[in-house]
Amino acid sequence: MGIIKASKLIYDYIRRDENDNIEEVNRAIDAVDVEIQKGDFVAILGHNGSGKSTFAKHVNGILLPTEGTIWISEMDTQDASHIWNIRKTAGMVFQNPDNQIIGNVVEEDVGFGPENIGVSTEEIWKRVDESLEAVGMTAYRMKSPNKLSGGQKQRVAIAGVMAMKPECIILDEPTAMLDPNGRKEVIKTVRELNQREGITVLLITHYMEEVVNADRVIVMDDGKIVMDGTPREIFSQVERLKSYRLDVPQVTELAYELKKAGVELPEGILTRKELMECLLPLLSEG
Amino acid sequence: MAIKVEHLNHIYGEGTAFEQYALKDVNVTIEDGQFVGLIGHTGSGKSTLIQHLNGLLRGSSGNIYYNGENIYSEGYDMKGLRSKVGLVFQYPEHQLFEVDVFSDVCFGPKNLGLSKDEIEERARGALELVGLDESFYRQSPFELSGGQKRRVAIAGVLAMRPQVLILDEPTAGLDPKGRDEILDEISALHQEKKMTIILVSHSMEDMARYADRLLVMNHGEKVFDDSPKQVFKHYKELEKMGLAAPQITYVVHELREHGVEIADDLTTVAEARDAILKALRK
Amino acid sequence: MLREITLGQYYPVDSVIHRLDPRTKLFGTLVFVISLFVTTSVWGYMLATVFLIFVIKMTKVPFSFMVKGLRSMLVLLLLSVSFNLFLTTGEVLVQFWIIKITREGVRMAGFMAIRLIYLVLGSTIMTLTTTPNALTDGLEKGMGFLNKVRVPVHEISMMMSIALRFIPILVEETDKIMKAQMARGADFESGNLIQKVKAMVPLLVPLFISAFRRATDLAMAMEARCYRGGNGRTKMKPLHYALRDRLAYGLQLGYLAGMIGLRFL
Repeated sequence: MGIIKASKLIYDYIRRDENDNIEEVNRAIDAVDVEIQKGDFVAILGHNGSGKSTFAKHVNGILLPTEGTIWISEMDTQDASHIWNIRKTAGMVFQNPDNQIIGNVVEEDVGFGPENIGVSTEEIWKRVDESLEAVGMTAYRMKSPNKLSGGQKQRVAIAGVMAMKPECIILDEPTAMLDPNGRKEVIKTVRELNQREGITVLLITHYMEEVVNADRVIVMDDGKIVMDGTPREIFSQVERLKSYRLDVPQVTELAYELKKAGVELPEGILTRKELMECLLPLLSEG
Repeated sequence: MAIKVEHLNHIYGEGTAFEQYALKDVNVTIEDGQFVGLIGHTGSGKSTLIQHLNGLLRGSSGNIYYNGENIYSEGYDMKGLRSKVGLVFQYPEHQLFEVDVFSDVCFGPKNLGLSKDEIEERARGALELVGLDESFYRQSPFELSGGQKRRVAIAGVLAMRPQVLILDEPTAGLDPKGRDEILDEISALHQEKKMTIILVSHSMEDMARYADRLLVMNHGEKVFDDSPKQVFKHYKELEKMGLAAPQITYVVHELREHGVEIADDLTTVAEARDAILKALRK
Repeated sequence: MLREITLGQYYPVDSVIHRLDPRTKLFGTLVFVISLFVTTSVWGYMLATVFLIFVIKMTKVPFSFMVKGLRSMLVLLLLSVSFNLFLTTGEVLVQFWIIKITREGVRMAGFMAIRLIYLVLGSTIMTLTTTPNALTDGLEKGMGFLNKVRVPVHEISMMMSIALRFIPILVEETDKIMKAQMARGADFESGNLIQKVKAMVPLLVPLFISAFRRATDLAMAMEARCYRGGNGRTKMKPLHYALRDRLAYGLQLGYLAGMIGLRFL
């Protein structure tokens, strides 16, 4: 079984009036079946309100399914006795960098998670040191989080999760409030953790450039998984992505437009390098 | 001539050891009807600059003229200026406060001391401009989607009938379709209502598509002021400032390096496609 | 202007005072405050001055930085000084119209000014040399005995620590909201009191909504990081008294004894 497995997962947001009568039911996740393998870098795309954040919150038990089941490392999130182990296994990074940093000093914030799970003091220090090193924030360990840039704050948040020694990290639109440099910085950090430490990554985003290097891309719309494949498979379907309010990287779009105009290019070109390799021979022929 | 900025400096902690130039000798004239893009990395002074244009911040030295009048002259009507030079901040959450959308949009014109009929007419007009129909009027602004909140915030400023509209990253946090929708509406205000637009954005692709003039700020100074096509030719210098050019610019320059004959000022997908097709037919 | 609030501002340098146990520093602050109220003589104030200068030197925090905090209480200072100066009866030094300045008044006003300034400096030393987390840790452990009477000491100190972290964020946010509303013609300055209070609504509503949103987000983030109250928590920086703390306690008690002694001399 994969590290994350969902079966017929359903989640309803229920709005009640003052008398506790149901006023409105909003199905955010609609019978999702999915399995994610250990060590993969999986990106989840979807427009605002497609259900991707709701799904993310199921992975570490912040939300519990209305129907269906989700297992993290074979632990059912609805079994209350597993909840702390699940949260240790699957750490979560949120969108707003300010609203998830608890400590007033960087290193103290990174230590917050290990403190909660009752790790010994020496072990906390070891983990804090390692985690700060892993995200490249060691030089800032004594700083106040308020003095950091958005990208740096998100790296601190990632370090805070790493200090719990998770097997999987879920990042819920971690770059939505950052500038382009901050975005690059965070994505680079996450990639390194995936490659070097073998951490399973679930990246939720709507920036297409960030998912080009993922092992797998899942597209959600209206609470359902509507596309699932490698970035190349996903990005070769430009029109379909656009119908889900999404986009493709400009290089992919250019290749797609050229192909539509009759140029013989393979499907789903993702990077400038690929485009050059295919386009230059054609241009030099003429 | 709508806005003229002359030798504007803004210094934090003047005279102390922490003295820091947020703006340094900025000179710029923005003509009526232009669509100006403003870029710069975080902390480059771009946000500081736009807050000077409607008098929210006051320069340490230098002058700003709006339609020929110095806004720093004594007794200048700052409230009037703010209704003419509308500024929409990045997060709509920072300005929405009323119980429903319609009342919220009325806040601006109400502050101008207009009659009730005039206020409501303006609010209706503004909401129409951003594509929100009557079904939204009585909804709470806090229960709208991100894109809709953004629209209400823009309408709240449009209701004052400004001649210049300044927007600070109006698409941050929206999904790709939502980004395009907002930018298309802003573009329509520019083309149909002939409004002067100043757009702050991190997306070079958007700048290439919409702006007809691009200002680049770095360390409080204006470093480039030209058409986007000309500015993006300096992509190597932009990179040194922590910025970049649109992806297409890189494709075009790489093709040129490999000896492909193609113009060096292409910045959008459509332009690049046409140019490459032409090169292929040769 | 809002940005200049130095509440809970930690000054990161490494000094003996920084390394003291927060409980020691809390106790020291308490001792210093008591000593200022105990003393009545010039000698007492001189001893307090020596003690204060000694501690300030030890903190390695630039004195100019420390004095910044005094600016915010200038009004209070002037007010209490003038009260003492004009309202104390005694031997008249200067008189014009109904205003009299007496020898006792000058003395009282001088002492009052020194007392207030020293109070602020004393507590500033505490906040400048102790991270808010260490401070709340100190309170949590120092006040631990209150747990027995069912005071939720851990929760209170966690709340304080979070409040300290979010105050600068909310201050900055207030600034942004004010500007966003001013861009829509809002006026926060002119008008009578009722108009001014009314003008605050467009500022307070977004601020509260944002604060609630932050609180919800933060609660979720804390839960996601396995926070479940104080039980079973370990500490990254557990509090241990070191030799320097014992020395500091000795010094503080010696100082207090000296101050009390001077009073009865």
